[in-house]
Amino acid sequence: MKIIKTILFLSLILFVTSCNDDDDKLTNGNITLNFTHNWDGQSISSSEFNTTNLTNANGEIISISKLRHLISNINLVKSNGDITSLSDYVLIDVTNNVTSIEIKDVPLDTYSNMIFTFGFNEEDNIDGEYLDLNSTSWNWPLMLGGGYHFMQFEGKYGATGIENPFAYHMGTARVDIGVFEQNFFEVTLDGFSLTDNTKIEIKMNIAEWFKNPFTWDLKVLNSNLMPNYDAQKMMNQNGKSVFSLGEIIQ
Amino acid sequence: MVGFCFLSCEEDGIQTNSYSTYTPIPLPLEIPQLFADNILPPIIPINNPQTVEGVALGRKLFFDPILSADNKQACADCHSPENAFTDSDRFSEGIDGLTGNRNSMPLFNMAWNYDENFFWDGRTFSLEKQALEPVRDPIEMHNTWPNAMLSIQNHADYPTLFLEAFGTSTIDSTLITKALAQFERTLISANSRFDKHLLGQGTLTTSELNGFNIFMDETKGDCFHCHGNANNPLWTDNDFHNNGLDAIVTDIGLGKFTGDPADNGKFKSPSLRNLKFTAPYMHDGRFATLDEVINHYSEGLLNSPTIDPLMKAVNEGGVQLSITDKADLKAFLLSLSDDEFITNPAFQNPN
Repeated sequence: MKIIKTILFLSLILFVTSCNDDDDKLTNGNITLNFTHNWDGQSISSSEFNTTNLTNANGEIISISKLRHLISNINLVKSNGDITSLSDYVLIDVTNNVTSIEIKDVPLDTYSNMIFTFGFNEEDNIDGEYLDLNSTSWNWPLMLGGGYHFMQFEGKYGATGIENPFAYHMGTARVDIGVFEQNFFEVTLDGFSLTDNTKIEIKMNIAEWFKNPFTWDLKVLNSNLMPNYDAQKMMNQNGKSVFSLGEIIQ
Repeated sequence: MVGFCFLSCEEDGIQTNSYSTYTPIPLPLEIPQLFADNILPPIIPINNPQTVEGVALGRKLFFDPILSADNKQACADCHSPENAFTDSDRFSEGIDGLTGNRNSMPLFNMAWNYDENFFWDGRTFSLEKQALEPVRDPIEMHNTWPNAMLSIQNHADYPTLFLEAFGTSTIDSTLITKALAQFERTLISANSRFDKHLLGQGTLTTSELNGFNIFMDETKGDCFHCHGNANNPLWTDNDFHNNGLDAIVTDIGLGKFTGDPADNGKFKSPSLRNLKFTAPYMHDGRFATLDEVINHYSEGLLNSPTIDPLMKAVNEGGVQLSITDKADLKAFLLSLSDDEFITNPAFQNPN
């Protein structure tokens, strides 16, 4: 399902330039990005889906049945501003245990930050552009601005036996009929030094989607959220605190 | 000597040895433009490439009752071309007059089932393995594979056809199912009125266009999450869902295959192509008409522990479509039917 460009042309140029300029010992290696998920520190994978009860910031008990989200333009940035592009985009599918990507020929260097986009930016969010994403029905309706979902987060909330479904789907925000507003956001994580076969953990605290700055009330905002402008913008705000850099294994 | 032998064999027109050098002619799938433009390439097993001879053999076998124990039931009896390769009966009758509890699945665009999980409950991986099952199913063809292989091996024509398709006249279940799968992969449907609309080669009625909007509107039909969209012309996600048919799930579907209780009551989302020809609907064929299907999602949803959260309005019974919405949605759905598919001469009985 994934089309992963390991290294963009630009990156290769930067690498060559770097070698020629100041560091003959710089080599390339392979790295792995592991996207892990937790609920305020409690590890969450597909094996916890449907069965594990979690409590959100609003005090509602929920269970998760599906979680997929899109990350794009994953870049490593050096202190001098040089950028190494790792991947155009990747669809993380927790439900089906697709949560890591291996990237080859990455310059083994010290980077001051990792930066990526949650969802697609306006330039990349082109309706129907990506065959792999179309094939897995990741599309966002044209009536809502088109392009692609950024996230599908589904489950149920409420007491056992009287649960209600929720579908927390994020993408382009519709202001009005035919008027749309971008809804992606950039994530900047701390930097690290790479050696060959470094494994980098990128953590998503799922609970943050319900917490900060908006305490999410599932009794009010549980479904039909895609065309709900306010809900989309609240997702955008809450999403900015969900990611953090985890363990670096070398 | 060797060259002479092969020449002699070719002059005889019949080869019965198992070491032929006959090379079948490649027959790549004709990928519709909409598919090529929008979705990933089809899945063709590296050990079963499409060939002229393989497809022709698979087609002959598909329509031949020789695979059944009593030589009276062919694949096509429950997968009829005029019904987009499904059965108009709710439950198909096997050779012993027995019926199961699932509606025969329509067959088309199966090479684009990327996860390769087949049957309503996804219990087999790969089209080739799927083809093993009906032959030995006691409520279907009720045969054994050794017996089926023997019948075909002793047939006047098949050994030569297998030789031409696979380079051996020694017939086994692997080669039989490979041939069937090759034919089934050619069953491509992509020429509906909606397809032509997307290609700029045809127009739709106002009702059909309204119906498409209802299909794509999360606050109305919200059908697209499971059934594709204009950029996914398969009109299915090929995934499994509990769509709220029963409060108490008796046929557990995918759950029986995976062993995960969370999968109980989940069945494959069927493609919405060719609904004009594929009644009755749902995995158990419980709905005789498309109106009943739409009414189910509008007012008839029933809650159960594994119901898909996308059935979001379950506590209100459904998405509560208006009479006009229902009519428009139905009009759109029927625009996905491909009349040329069911009459395609290449898909009819060659025997």
